Amino acid sequence: MNNLKVFLNGLIKENPTFVLLLGMCPTLGTTSSAINGMSMGLATTFVLVCSNVVISLLRNLIPDKVHIPAYIVVIASFVTALQMLMQAFLPDLYATLGLFIPLIVVNCIILGRAEAFAAKHGPGASFFDGLGMGLGFTMALTVLGALRELLGTGSIFGLTVLPASTNMLVFVLAPGAFITLGFLIALFNLVKK
Amino acid sequence: MAYILIFISAILVNNIVLSQFLGICPFLGVSKKIETAKGMGLAVTFVLVIATVVTYLLQVWLLNPLGLGYLQTIVFILVIAALVQMVEIVLKKLSPALYQALGVFLPLITTNCCILGVSILVANGTYNAQGLEPNLLTGTLYALFTALGFALALIVFAGIREQLSLVRIPKGMQGMAIALIVAGLLAMAFMGFSGMDKGIADFFS
Repeated sequence: MNNLKVFLNGLIKENPTFVLLLGMCPTLGTTSSAINGMSMGLATTFVLVCSNVVISLLRNLIPDKVHIPAYIVVIASFVTALQMLMQAFLPDLYATLGLFIPLIVVNCIILGRAEAFAAKHGPGASFFDGLGMGLGFTMALTVLGALRELLGTGSIFGLTVLPASTNMLVFVLAPGAFITLGFLIALFNLVKK
Repeated sequence: MAYILIFISAILVNNIVLSQFLGICPFLGVSKKIETAKGMGLAVTFVLVIATVVTYLLQVWLLNPLGLGYLQTIVFILVIAALVQMVEIVLKKLSPALYQALGVFLPLITTNCCILGVSILVANGTYNAQGLEPNLLTGTLYALFTALGFALALIVFAGIREQLSLVRIPKGMQGMAIALIVAGLLAMAFMGFSGMDKGIADFFS
């Protein structure tokens, strides 16, 4: 029950993208289509869950003075592992997401959760926190990606649903990312109230 | 000529924030006042140039000869974290006022993705060197101009947000929502520069 609460907390109440506004670079940079957004979200979730569990297991061993560098090393190790796995098994996706895969290291969500949650809770709860936050992030990226893809190219997950005459290319380009996210956050604010 | 092209391309055409989406966190977080935006822009420029040089040399002299290329991410992030700590200590001594203004954001330069991103681009030689050989000089210049582009975007954005704080904004739009839409319009304005570097190159060749 408690774990469920932790899980849902990350998914909705403290959604990293719409509420905490963390990890904006991949949110804006990789959401030109729904599938890209979802892949980026899942890659981040993998690192977030692994690093949360490991940091939670090590929380009593890491001296307080060097805890940030220690966390960064743990996170960077998992990112490197992810990089190698993706290069081996999903080279196309790795090429599409490009620079944003190594940049998972500097995603504030991961270090933020390590500091705010994993350092104070057991591995079980940290696992669910990582999973909730990660899936909340994935959900946000997928929604943003799907919206941009729909408005920009008239398709969702590659399936064409709107005629070409309604396409607004700007939504796939840089300005569309900012504007779509701005309106989504405004919507989230309204719904929350 | 190619150096001028790197300048134009990195600052205007492929602006790091508005078209590459790197360094968004400080762009949204430290842009409420022009003064702090200036400080942040300066700090990022300083750290970015030093970090690029150090990480490039590490890559060429240490990681590549030893076949440790896969350690790139870990090594780079640690070096950057140490550098930021150093800048923080220096700034604390030299300019306490600026140090106070930047507050919590200075340690956050470590997790500013434009630092790690540009370091990786330069070390791998995958940035646009405008036909020149990707080496230490072009890489450093690229980093410097990229950082200036970051500072430009940040300061312009802060100027707009200062004006924005004086007007009434619908409830749901307040705060980050309107800021993002303004950033979108700014990005649209910067899209006007797209293709300019190619045009100039064609004109002079």
